[in-house]
Amino acid sequence: MTQTNRLNGGQIDRNTSLSFKFDGRSYTAHPGDTLASALLANDVRLIGRSFKYHRPRGLLTAGSEEPNGMVELRTGALKEPNTRATTIEMFDGLEAKSQNRWPSLKFDALAVNDMFSNFLSAGFYYKTFMWPAAFWEKLYEPMIRRAAGLGALSQEADPDEYDKGFRHCDLLIIGAGPAGLMAALTAGRAGVDVILADEDFTLGGRLNSETFALGDHSASDWAAQAVAELSSLPNVRLMPRTTVIGAFDHGIYGAVERTGDHLASVPAGKPRQILWRIYTQKALLCAGATERPIAFENNDRPGIMMASALRTYANRFAATASQRVAIFTNNDDGHRTAADLHAKGVTITAVVDVREDAPTCYDYEVLKGAQVIDTKGRHGLTFVEVALADGSTRTLESGALGVSGGWNPNVHMTCHQRGRPVWDDALAAFVPGENLPVGLSVAGAANGVMSTHGALQSGAEGAANALELTGVLPDLPEAEDAPVSQTPFWYVQGCKRAWVDQQNDVTVKDVKLSYQEGFRSVEHLKRYTTLGMATDQGKTSNITGLAIMAEVAGKSIPEVGTTIFRPPYTPVPIGTFAGRMKGQEFHPTRLTPSHYWAKERGAVFVEVGNWLRAQWFPLPGETHWRQSVDREVRQTRASVGVCDCTTLGKIDVQGTDAAEFLNRIYANGFAKLAVGKTRYGLMLREDGMVMDDGTAARMAEDHFVVTTTTANAVSVYRHMEFARQCLYPDMDVQLISTTEAWAQYAVAGPNSRKLLQKILDPEFDLSNDAFPFMACGNVTVCGGLRARLFRISFSGELAYEIAVPSRYGDALMRRLMAEGEEFDVTPYGTEALGVMRVEKGHAAGSELNGTTTALNLGLGKMVSKKKDSIGSVLSERKALVEPDVLRLVGIKPLQPEDKVTAGGHLMNSEGPVDAAHDQGYVTSAVYSPILNSNIGLGLVKNGAERLGETMRLVSPLTDLTVEVELVSAHFVDPEGERLRA
Amino acid sequence: MIINHPLLGPRDASEFTYLGDASLIDRPDWQAENVSEAFYEYGYLRDNPAGEHQELWYHEAGDRSWLVVTRNTLTHEISKVELARDVARARGRSK
Amino acid sequence: MRYSGFRVIKEALTGHKGWKPVWREPEPKAHYDIIVIGGGGHGLATAHYLSKVYGQRNVAVVEKGWIGGGNVGRNTTIVRSNYMLDGNEPFYEFSMKLWEGLEQDLNYNAMMSQRGIINLFHTDGQRDAYTRRGNAMILNGADAELLDADQVRKEHPYLNFDDARFPIKGGLVQRRAGTARHDAVAWGFARSADLHGVDIIQNCEVTGLRIENGKCLGVETTKGFIGANKVGCAVAGSSGRVMGMAGMRLPIESHVLQAFVSEGLKPVLPSVITFGAGHFYVSQSDKGGLVFGGDIDGYNTYAQRGNLPVVEDVCEGGVALMPMIGRARLLRMWGGVMDMSMDGSPIIDRTPVEGLYFNGGWCYGGFKATPASGHCFAHLLAKDEPHPVATAYRLDRFRTGRMIDEKGVGNQPNLH
Repeated sequence: MTQTNRLNGGQIDRNTSLSFKFDGRSYTAHPGDTLASALLANDVRLIGRSFKYHRPRGLLTAGSEEPNGMVELRTGALKEPNTRATTIEMFDGLEAKSQNRWPSLKFDALAVNDMFSNFLSAGFYYKTFMWPAAFWEKLYEPMIRRAAGLGALSQEADPDEYDKGFRHCDLLIIGAGPAGLMAALTAGRAGVDVILADEDFTLGGRLNSETFALGDHSASDWAAQAVAELSSLPNVRLMPRTTVIGAFDHGIYGAVERTGDHLASVPAGKPRQILWRIYTQKALLCAGATERPIAFENNDRPGIMMASALRTYANRFAATASQRVAIFTNNDDGHRTAADLHAKGVTITAVVDVREDAPTCYDYEVLKGAQVIDTKGRHGLTFVEVALADGSTRTLESGALGVSGGWNPNVHMTCHQRGRPVWDDALAAFVPGENLPVGLSVAGAANGVMSTHGALQSGAEGAANALELTGVLPDLPEAEDAPVSQTPFWYVQGCKRAWVDQQNDVTVKDVKLSYQEGFRSVEHLKRYTTLGMATDQGKTSNITGLAIMAEVAGKSIPEVGTTIFRPPYTPVPIGTFAGRMKGQEFHPTRLTPSHYWAKERGAVFVEVGNWLRAQWFPLPGETHWRQSVDREVRQTRASVGVCDCTTLGKIDVQGTDAAEFLNRIYANGFAKLAVGKTRYGLMLREDGMVMDDGTAARMAEDHFVVTTTTANAVSVYRHMEFARQCLYPDMDVQLISTTEAWAQYAVAGPNSRKLLQKILDPEFDLSNDAFPFMACGNVTVCGGLRARLFRISFSGELAYEIAVPSRYGDALMRRLMAEGEEFDVTPYGTEALGVMRVEKGHAAGSELNGTTTALNLGLGKMVSKKKDSIGSVLSERKALVEPDVLRLVGIKPLQPEDKVTAGGHLMNSEGPVDAAHDQGYVTSAVYSPILNSNIGLGLVKNGAERLGETMRLVSPLTDLTVEVELVSAHFVDPEGERLRA
Repeated sequence: MIINHPLLGPRDASEFTYLGDASLIDRPDWQAENVSEAFYEYGYLRDNPAGEHQELWYHEAGDRSWLVVTRNTLTHEISKVELARDVARARGRSK
Repeated sequence: MRYSGFRVIKEALTGHKGWKPVWREPEPKAHYDIIVIGGGGHGLATAHYLSKVYGQRNVAVVEKGWIGGGNVGRNTTIVRSNYMLDGNEPFYEFSMKLWEGLEQDLNYNAMMSQRGIINLFHTDGQRDAYTRRGNAMILNGADAELLDADQVRKEHPYLNFDDARFPIKGGLVQRRAGTARHDAVAWGFARSADLHGVDIIQNCEVTGLRIENGKCLGVETTKGFIGANKVGCAVAGSSGRVMGMAGMRLPIESHVLQAFVSEGLKPVLPSVITFGAGHFYVSQSDKGGLVFGGDIDGYNTYAQRGNLPVVEDVCEGGVALMPMIGRARLLRMWGGVMDMSMDGSPIIDRTPVEGLYFNGGWCYGGFKATPASGHCFAHLLAKDEPHPVATAYRLDRFRTGRMIDEKGVGNQPNLH
């Protein structure tokens, strides 16, 4: 329980102790720690294994760019693989495990890969595993696959909730370091709406990691004060634990707020994370900079870290990786780390500085013009080998080595809309280039301004410029303003197994081999070696790879180019993007007004788009769905049945040009339809294919009620609005969808008139003369309730559809059932509906599949050539009217009990069975309890001329061959006597 | 993306449904001499420019206006938004 | 240089000094028999088959950037031949067979992995459509299986069977389908074409087509004019731009398709999976990343990036289908420009300009077609007649009404 590497000071709460487990062992930590800092404080350096060679790995950084220190956090269904220890905020009871190792972290069997690394060079797999051919699928690939990945998913459903939200602001400030805080103060005091977002749980950025002063305060105190002031401003919203992940079009930023990750468990009903879409007028990127490594032999051992990370751990978290630390640097910043650690009582074994003119120090040794040439220590650093300026070597006994190769501005967001960073020679780094996302500007270290004073000033100016503020800028606290002094130095000459991308195990040697083999474009390098494809997205590796490539190519770095960064800035749980749209909430559920009545009746429901529709209504004793469906069909055809058809699209069409408008929309004519009459309407797409069918009822001279299929309700309405606004802008016609305003029921069967007459108010005459087939009208029912009545039939029976305002749907259904008792009325569901329409030969969804013309469906004569209607011209194209085009037919097996399979193909009765001899396919298949036979509808080449022909229905997929006869699609009542009765 | 609706102001593009090139307004005359060819070109051929593009968006989750949006297909910058009905009238469409 | 396990061992023992560049970096000659515009998967495959199968040795591929940088370098790597229509299935099955022998043909391991694909269905209507499709596949000599919900659950127990808004009712499986290492496909074709004498010219952008008297004489490029007897254009998302140089309007729109990859995870997905009730398809790469995608953004664009609504839509589908991925992290998203055709099917055909040939309209399905597309385009370029499996891919099929519309959504490219 001793935190042997805990230092003094820091921003942790020593009064509270938290316990946590790593790989089953218990440790203690304090609030304010990350898992990474707590592990270091407890002298744990070995945290994971690398991807390919399974090399022992510890922490490299103290931030979200961490490529090595990744763990499986939490347990059970909450297990979260590949979680960066550097970003895990400590909580009591935290459990984490190392990953990508077996059987244990210390003894990992696949570490054998490291011994064979010479055979596993970049791209080796493209050149081998090809012989013998069959071995790839059976042996080689399964082997490679087994080794894949780092952490493992729990394979259980993620139990947490996620949420989404929208925010708006005048200025979004990304990053709350010195530049971001100063920008927020500037904008906040000016009264504009500001959002300040930072990925860290404590705002302040590097100010929390430094010991220098800002004015009269320590850096972290100044940051805390600034945050306090900003919190008091009503127009400023602070969003800690929030990563802005991407810049999208028109000033929209994606941001992920981690509202629950720092808690032992997310409170019930609260989200774990929230995805924000932030709509901005302007945005200011103050994302700071990331320290970059130097590559040298065996630079990947646990304990070898970024110098700035060591400083962060010491100053902010009061932790050190070791009591004996060496520094390897090419710039002054490395010395700052040495000084801070020294001040905390850590022994600095030496500062190795590649520069001959490195600054001198009297507290510890500075080895000028020296380089680290190798390291030792199997599970953690023990010795650092240094080549001195005079050519001799020195060995430094050190448990940690801080490396500083200079700083790279965090330009990521500037690239999200194809902007490319440009090379800055003075900084030896890429800085933001042209083509930034509209409205975005950059300040502070992200813009290459590396001093604290510079960052403060550029933050203030950046905010003022973005918002076009006039007046005096806020006073800036006095702060360090050291010039940048760094000698570009990327890797130690002669090194081979020197890691460039630590997670993916890409070494200097691999980069050189890539060049040798012609993979010389940066993108080729990246793809061939996997450099920069790790979970840090190249934040710690890309630039070194580029530099090596530039050197072997004899070019400058900008000549070699740069890869651009893509969203998200750091990896985001897929669940966060999904939000609440999962499980039953994946899509909204639409219920019809009589849904609960149907539920009471024990209906089985089926998803039809977003609707739930009753599929059938089982009665006690019915054990198979076919029993229920057959009964519903028989009862309807024998007496009367009622079906909820509310889900059909309903569009109200009004205006003096309504009839002419429908004349253009439908392929058949509507101009002359009499008031009080309904007509079947066939709607084509402009390409001549059938789009939808339905009915249009003329309720008045200037008023039609149009119905569409359930599936196409939305697209037909859109299409009609397109025609109205874009094609016929001067027509006097208005459209409104009334799908949800009316509950509608089909009442079908020989007793349907008798049943309806019982609920219709007495003044309405339903006799065949008064209200013949295809009549429509406004009526009242049940004593004054307004209703619409249509005498239309989908089942082929004498039938009506009656519509009442939605809120009366449930009551109407109950009334129909009660009044229908004497007729043995049955409700019927979509299955019986489907059976009856196939028996009647009506085309529906399976026939209206978007590739069928009116001619295919036997409706060719409906396409009027005497008028202009959408789709008419293109439906006449040569291949669409050839004699052998598909035609709709009925299909009847020679043996009634033989199964007809929808999706089966039709072949001639003799001859080969293959694609070349395909004659068509079955679109719909049902069992007809009326015909006591399986039947189907199908589309067959020249089918209309082939009735009576015997064919083979084949479905090799379901192992079926059946002899069938082509018959008229109108199995029941072909003359239509029943529906006119 | 944000579309600045002429009647409703800036709205998120996810409220809209996209159709395609605004040339779809220019439906040929059904009695034209070369009617088949005219409808083939209207229905199937596109300029598909890399740059400014006039295109049709439908405010499906809004007021059901069809809009003609002038948008750059390289940068996604929107320079103009008009009611499609106005554009259609300006292009000579009527009844 | 022949690649093999022995070669890898030999080089490893001798410091990897013997590896040579995988392709040369030649300067363009003044004239070629055939120039292929576009150094993507299809262009490089065309060059490979032109040189290896059709004996054409005087061939160049001109590429505006680096080869393999278009959609072959940014796709979700799925290979399958599960099409329904007569115009398509023989072509894609031909492609599948080429995939199956590709590594031996190229002497390059493109890591074709026949782990299978399952298309899930959630309604009876979808089941019927998949039945029709599966039967068409079998009748065309491909493989297909129809699984019911229990069988699906056995193979994919982690899918959402218990709390699904649209319950899984079954799936259509093609066992021979799978994935391939997309970059390696481009490199393998490039290497083979180069070995057979093709000049691959990178950083050479075509700025114009020289056409005189209705005949194409060559291409104007940033490296000067290059003459050719025949010019074949295989530039996917840039089809409109390049063919526009010949004054042609195409039945094609350019759209962006986003794709996504997660952090590396230990293997969990045995095959490629497509969701039938939302826009989501996924596989797991040999490195462990979940590679997934969904719908195109839906508006014309040449920008290789998309927007958040589609990212969210895809992830919603993903978590609805497999709730275990909620805690997996999305690592990277990117976009590719798709040449979306008017019926969702491609075009491999002559053009009205003599000596100018067009290959495009691959929508978001071009990767799986790469070998067959190259083979058939090479056939057309070499013999001036369509390959038997690509006869339906005519440029004029919209005029005659011979559309090949698998989805049945008609002449609206963003719906395909």
